Amino acid sequence: MRDRLLKVLNKVTTEPLNIGDEDSLFESGLLDSFALPDLVSGLEEEFSFKVPDSDLNPRKFDSIARIESYLSEHAKV
Amino acid sequence: MTAPSYIHAFGAHLPERVVTNAELATLLSCTAEWIESVSGIRERRWAGEETVADLATAAARDCLRKSGVDASQVGLLIVSSGSAERRFPGPASTVASALGLNQTPVLDLPIASAGSIFGLSLASRLASAYGDVLVIAAEKMSAVIQSATLDQNTAILFGDGAGAALVSSRPGRLEVLDSVLHTDGAYRDDLTLDWGSPLRMNGLTVILQAARKLPTVIGEVLKRQNIEAKDVTQFVMHQANQNLIVRVAKALGVDAALMFSNVSMYGNTSSASMLIAASEWEPSPGPVVFAGFGAGFNWGALVARSV
Repeated sequence: MRDRLLKVLNKVTTEPLNIGDEDSLFESGLLDSFALPDLVSGLEEEFSFKVPDSDLNPRKFDSIARIESYLSEHAKV
Repeated sequence: MTAPSYIHAFGAHLPERVVTNAELATLLSCTAEWIESVSGIRERRWAGEETVADLATAAARDCLRKSGVDASQVGLLIVSSGSAERRFPGPASTVASALGLNQTPVLDLPIASAGSIFGLSLASRLASAYGDVLVIAAEKMSAVIQSATLDQNTAILFGDGAGAALVSSRPGRLEVLDSVLHTDGAYRDDLTLDWGSPLRMNGLTVILQAARKLPTVIGEVLKRQNIEAKDVTQFVMHQANQNLIVRVAKALGVDAALMFSNVSMYGNTSSASMLIAASEWEPSPGPVVFAGFGAGFNWGALVARSV
């Protein structure tokens, strides 16, 4: 799962990923407000699932660890 | 839909003063190129002494002139603005007075960016009862962003202006086929403007939700009319940000060229933007979709076709 997640993240970030699992993707500048929808749709495509509107909360996708946690609960991994 | 309704004409008014990215960049310690890269905006208009009602009245007159309709024929006036100067009455009563109307009912929609699509949808459903409905959306966002220290995240986006549409049960240029409106108050605190406070926007949530809800509601209204997105000849949306407009096209699976855009010239004029865009759009045969999203969150879409 991790490799597939990093593949999606590398597609939507403007700079190479060089960040700790718990670090904020937004505060680090790797993700901005327009890369975030691309990240969500990329995850949906890669993991063949749909993030419901009620889960479209930036905090759920703020770090690699949080995304991994969300995917392990909701996606087909 | 219930009784048929038609859009006869659109109108607009833009203040004369042009504020370029270069001018803003000097105030915000950034570059003109950066502003354009994150927003697609090159310049916007700022009103000087003109009030929201002044902007609205000028757009109304432009729309009435293009419709060939005298103001006295208007049966209902709907004015959308999230930047009106007074808590009450809203600008609708001032606009009515300026147009010489003293018996015609008016309705204010203080919901900001989705105001145009809400007004247009409501007008299409009320025209059978009220006759000609004049929908106006007017915003003086320059006053909002200059009410406190300029915030880079919002000052680069917004501009002033007004748009209008005349909707009637009498056959006209565009037949309204259907419309859908939605509200989800769970996000009411993510985009707010309180009296005496600066505009507050949780940009991450706003864009994330808009990028999902706009294509979804467009798909919803098209499905109700058995129309495929690929068969729509033009999308005229709230002009929030070019990056968002492009993402909505991608989500719908249509060419971004089908999304009418003038955001580079006027910035985000909040509720006024969709009707200003409509006033500059040249109708072509086939279905056209109007859509908007904004604070609340409120969002919706309307599909029409040339007659």
